Amino acid sequence: MNLYQADLHIHSVLSPCADLEMSPGNIVSMAKNMGLSIIAITDHNSTLHAPLMRRLAENAGILAIYGAEVTTREEVHCVCLFADEDSRADFQNFLEVHIQKVPNKPDILGYQVVVNEKEEIIEEVEYSLHGALNVGINELEAVVHAMNGIFIPAHIDRPKYSLTSQLGFVPPDLNYDALEVSINSSIESICIHNPSLKRKRFIRSSDAHFIEQVGSVTTTFRMENLNFDGLLKAIKGIDGYDIMLP
Amino acid sequence: MTVLDIIKSLGLKVYTETVGMDREITGGYTSDLLSDVMGNAQAGTVWITLQTHINIVAVASLKDIAAILLVKGLEPEPNTLQKSLEEGIPILGTSKQAFEISGMLYQLLYSNR
Repeated sequence: MNLYQADLHIHSVLSPCADLEMSPGNIVSMAKNMGLSIIAITDHNSTLHAPLMRRLAENAGILAIYGAEVTTREEVHCVCLFADEDSRADFQNFLEVHIQKVPNKPDILGYQVVVNEKEEIIEEVEYSLHGALNVGINELEAVVHAMNGIFIPAHIDRPKYSLTSQLGFVPPDLNYDALEVSINSSIESICIHNPSLKRKRFIRSSDAHFIEQVGSVTTTFRMENLNFDGLLKAIKGIDGYDIMLP
Repeated sequence: MTVLDIIKSLGLKVYTETVGMDREITGGYTSDLLSDVMGNAQAGTVWITLQTHINIVAVASLKDIAAILLVKGLEPEPNTLQKSLEEGIPILGTSKQAFEISGMLYQLLYSNR
């Protein structure tokens, strides 16, 4: 078994709230500097930067997972991760069909640009990626798992856009692979207040919006080879695969 | 005033058939953040919301909410409906948006004061 450092929640410049320095190239360079082996690009309600990210990451010896941070109808943020280009493309299509298409106002809400490897803008998303999908969290979970993805409600300890803020508490019947907790909360204290979460899986990531935040919070993965299947096994904690939190 | 009274007066849809029709109503609370409702809603109120997730039933049960009223024609998810029948909490519906139905309920409850 090998140990790999992973940051599975990173926003690129495509996210309206992310810094303009967050180009795929800069993110990969920073990830390399920070010693990360696995990163996931999780822009708000879009996967459009993921393919370029993977190409650049591969050259740096880093596994870049396709992903998005999706806003459900309840306005709960969920990190959704996918294995391959086919499922990413399917999921991108799903996002575009179901998001409420409110025109973006870049000067107020932020720019939403897709760039190429030369950091030239090749596309600007015209509807606001801040919008929510018309899809509830249970349905989103089912869709992600039907595409063999990984489903992780984001920053559940945060007072906004989280399971706890929007839905009061973690729904006992929700079929998530792990719960993301920010570095500010101890897992122990979360479990004291929510005993039903004691045997659940937890993960920490940076939720980076600025370049210096990339890799600032990581989870260590114990797995054989660097691939999506191993990642899923480690998150689930099976076959000796595991994750370790800071 | 009971749940049945407001259903008749405001022309509300009833998703839970006869469950909890005689519950007494003491006020209303309009909010879509369940954490806020858990912290601030009073017992006996009608909770006006656009949330349809199953957690609304648990929150309503916890706070002794008299009835949940869904706005804009939204319908409870199947497991939400099932849970509300088990818990005996009526789920009502209206095609109106929250501001309008809140105003109507306010007038109905407090116009004679």
